[in-house]
Amino acid sequence: MSDPLPDPSAADWPLFEVFIRSRSGLEHKHVGSLHAADARMAIEHARDVYTRRQEGVSIWVVRSADIVASDPGEAEALFEPARDKVYRHPTFYAIPDEVKNL
Amino acid sequence: MSAPAAAPARGDRALGEALFPYVLRLADTSLVLGQRLGEWIGHAPALEEDLGLANLALDLIGQARLLLTYAGEIEGRGRDEDALAYLRDAPEFRNLALAEQPNGDFAHTIVRQWLIDGWQLEVYEGLTGSADMRLAAIAAKALKETRYHYRFSSGWLLRLGDGTAESQARAQQALDSLWRFTEELFAPDEIDERMAEAGIAPRLGAAAGRWERRIGQELRTATLTLPERRPHPWYGKCGVHTEHLGHLLGEMQHLQRTYPGVSW
Repeated sequence: MSDPLPDPSAADWPLFEVFIRSRSGLEHKHVGSLHAADARMAIEHARDVYTRRQEGVSIWVVRSADIVASDPGEAEALFEPARDKVYRHPTFYAIPDEVKNL
Repeated sequence: MSAPAAAPARGDRALGEALFPYVLRLADTSLVLGQRLGEWIGHAPALEEDLGLANLALDLIGQARLLLTYAGEIEGRGRDEDALAYLRDAPEFRNLALAEQPNGDFAHTIVRQWLIDGWQLEVYEGLTGSADMRLAAIAAKALKETRYHYRFSSGWLLRLGDGTAESQARAQQALDSLWRFTEELFAPDEIDERMAEAGIAPRLGAAAGRWERRIGQELRTATLTLPERRPHPWYGKCGVHTEHLGHLLGEMQHLQRTYPGVSW
């Protein structure tokens, strides 16, 4: 008999998050995730999976494990205090007519 | 659609008679390889590779459609792309015998792809400067696709060859098994020579050297060994095929043969 197969879960390719810039001048946006053995393969997979219909002109990939996320359990402490501070919105200023593109 | 751009070969009947089978070689190689890759759909080792192989297949079938349409116009007997794809028998196909070889395992598919991608790179690059404007335009489009195909297949060749003992053995086995079909890739016959003389196709002899240097280097990086060159009796581009093509066509043509003209 041949050697036993390696544990499939251990053999799984790591997960990458994919960001696509839809056209020049716009920011990269998160579009999804995929599995790949390394960064080069992740770019190729992203090209094949997420840009089949001309969705983009540039791709970023990053290992999902390298993303540091906020803790949902801390959402109250992180985000609630902003709720009653409406004065932080830039809506209390009169914008002169001469100012464009603000 | 009408054909506004007449080939420079038109008017020269003898040249046109060589141009038709020459264009069929390009068209059929793309068509047959695309059909083979399509067999992977739903079976590839990973979902991402499934889509990757399907993308290659669609590129190749797109090339085949342009080339078959053109071939039909050169022939001038009213056959369109569908008639040429679905209503010819195996001996009338002019694809490289390498393209019709079964998928085998993933390594087998990758090695076949890598060998043909390298051939297409050379041929399409040469054809972008063709005296035949129609072929030059098709080649310019196909070349962009082929550069990605080559990136894909050579990347995988390196991963498999310089990977685990298992993947290395499978890649070497695939190379040993498929190598005998590479003889015809760059061995010019009368049709290739006539196309080169007319400035329509690149000279295969010059391309052969570049191709051999490139694949030699990549095989070394991938820790794979180039098999010994040995002559083989299959010349797909002259219509002499292995038994595999008939089975492939049986599946591909079944619907049109059973229900002629059916569409949906």
